Amino acid sequence: MPLIRLEGVTKTVPLADDATLDILRGVDLVVEAGEHVSIVGRSGSGKSTLLNILGLIDAPTTGTHWFDEVDVSALRSGARDRLRGEQVGFIFQQFNLLQGRTALENVMTPLLYARGRRFWRRRAIAAEMLEKVGLGHRVDSMPHRLSGGEQQRVAIARSLVRDPRVILADEPTGALDIETGATVMRLLDDISSDTGAALVTITHDLAVAGLAARHYSLDAGVLSAAGRGSGLAGPSTLVPAEAPPAVPAPVLTPAAPPVEVTS
Amino acid sequence: MSGLLSGVVGAVVEAWAELRVNKLRVLLSLIGVAVAVAALTAVVGLGSLAEQSTRESSEKSGGRPATYTVSAYSQGATELDPVLLDDEFRETMSRYEITWASENLYTTRSVQLPGGLTDVSAQVVDPEYGEMHRVAMVEGSWFVAGDEQRMAPAVVVNESLWDTLGRPPVASHPTLLLSGTDSVTGVVVGVTAAQYAEEAPGLFMLPSTGLDLAPLSQGGFTETPQYEMWLPTSAGDELSAMVQGNLTAALGDEVQVDVARSDYAAYAGDSDPFLPIKLIIAGVGVLVLLLGGLGLVNIALVTVRQRIREIGVRRSFGATAPRVFFSVMLESVAGTVVAGAVGVMVAVLVVQNSTVQGFIAQGSVDDLPPFPITAALLGLGSATLIGAVAGVLPALVAVRVKVIDAIRY
Repeated sequence: MPLIRLEGVTKTVPLADDATLDILRGVDLVVEAGEHVSIVGRSGSGKSTLLNILGLIDAPTTGTHWFDEVDVSALRSGARDRLRGEQVGFIFQQFNLLQGRTALENVMTPLLYARGRRFWRRRAIAAEMLEKVGLGHRVDSMPHRLSGGEQQRVAIARSLVRDPRVILADEPTGALDIETGATVMRLLDDISSDTGAALVTITHDLAVAGLAARHYSLDAGVLSAAGRGSGLAGPSTLVPAEAPPAVPAPVLTPAAPPVEVTS
Repeated sequence: MSGLLSGVVGAVVEAWAELRVNKLRVLLSLIGVAVAVAALTAVVGLGSLAEQSTRESSEKSGGRPATYTVSAYSQGATELDPVLLDDEFRETMSRYEITWASENLYTTRSVQLPGGLTDVSAQVVDPEYGEMHRVAMVEGSWFVAGDEQRMAPAVVVNESLWDTLGRPPVASHPTLLLSGTDSVTGVVVGVTAAQYAEEAPGLFMLPSTGLDLAPLSQGGFTETPQYEMWLPTSAGDELSAMVQGNLTAALGDEVQVDVARSDYAAYAGDSDPFLPIKLIIAGVGVLVLLLGGLGLVNIALVTVRQRIREIGVRRSFGATAPRVFFSVMLESVAGTVVAGAVGVMVAVLVVQNSTVQGFIAQGSVDDLPPFPITAALLGLGSATLIGAVAGVLPALVAVRVKVIDAIRY
């Protein structure tokens, strides 16, 4: 039973001159529980929009979106928010740690929206999670006192603290140097495997994408599967010194129509 | 139920953390509210002091509610005998068990002063008059029961007459020569506080028995006193009518007996005589609070715009729109409640300060009112209300934050 299923998902936004912009076009995607999927694409290809739809932050214009066999488009706003809080963990490119709060308080924050035992034990759970990402000694550090890699590890701990069933990582290494990015990605891959959460990584870095078991490419709003021969680096080739260029190779962009502006 | 509890506690924790993280901003925005609440509460507190001062001042001249003045005069050929009137009045008081009653004769007495024999205003009263009119003393004491037995009559002088006498210590039993048809040496037992500046010299005496001290300058004019009764407000009208009926019956048809209420509350009817003062005070307070609230809204709106990314991140963790609204509101309310409590404390310190009290009361208040609880509650209530009102706008802005835009902000 798939964890996430998108069928014919489109996203269109109106423009100022009554025209519309197609951001996603007929996207079909299935993510099984516990699997690691990567989606690569250039800037402006619709990656973040797709991630927002997967994370229940945005709704598709047309098409259907099932999460654990529940049609989420039928859910009311509050129910979607709660489902997102319980089932989805986010990792952002810019970490988005809350300033003025310690690493521990940052990791505790998602648990403020939990209920029952998880809410009342939030401090212990957060400390345990920071220990897991190797930051047990930095619990009281403020974000600005942490390195980029440490901040992203805090963000990983924060995304996992509610035991989500899927982690959505948007350019998780985009703000890190190659070596730190590789370390962070290994940690993310390991820890999501340990917890059994599915990991969807959206990136334009082929080395990062190469860690995933299944690969997709997104170009001009069209999602297509990219096989092993697509030029994506496999897990064993994620060596910082040999990292591929940041812009995906042309082979990743099949003959999809360009973004159309329709009046 | 557990979800509701964790939701409420979570929102409070969130709001408190936000206040803690933004201590300086919160402090700055709340200073205005604290000052406004302190001003409102202090103005209401001082207003109650001023009201008490005005009340006591009114009571000093007209008596406390409900004071009734009893006067009688003859409509026939023969003059009313003051001794008969006095006897009948006192008997009536005794019959109706009215303990707070006093003669009140406004007259003059000739007093031997350093500059010669001088007519000064005098009031002949019973000892009860002191309590009934809140007579305040600056030296010595008011008349006490038994003073009427003194061979040398007790005299209470006002501060102006005391000054003329050279402010002799009352403990040294200074004397005054009172001259009329009869003459007697009175002993000054107390000095009353001046009720207003430039008060003319005057004195109080107890009703004298067997002595005619009316100044010769009055040319044998008979002094007919008035009387006063201090009655319970609820039963005053009924009781005073009975007193009037009783005296009319006792003094005969030729004598007209008038009983009329004379305290300040009688003139106001059912309306509150201090309403104008209260309205002015409340108006000033509300204006001050509105200004504080406007400052708070201003800062809160700017702040919430700076927090758009944080709000977006929280939404991505599952914070629902009502939860974000409640949290932002709660920050405002929690902050203003603390500011309100500080403001009320400052107001209490100001209002209860003896220098401030002296300035407002101008020495004319005997019963200093305690700090009015209503003022404290009003201050706290207003702070909470202004927090809620000032929190609505930023909370609405926070709810309208688009998560996608906020995260990329």
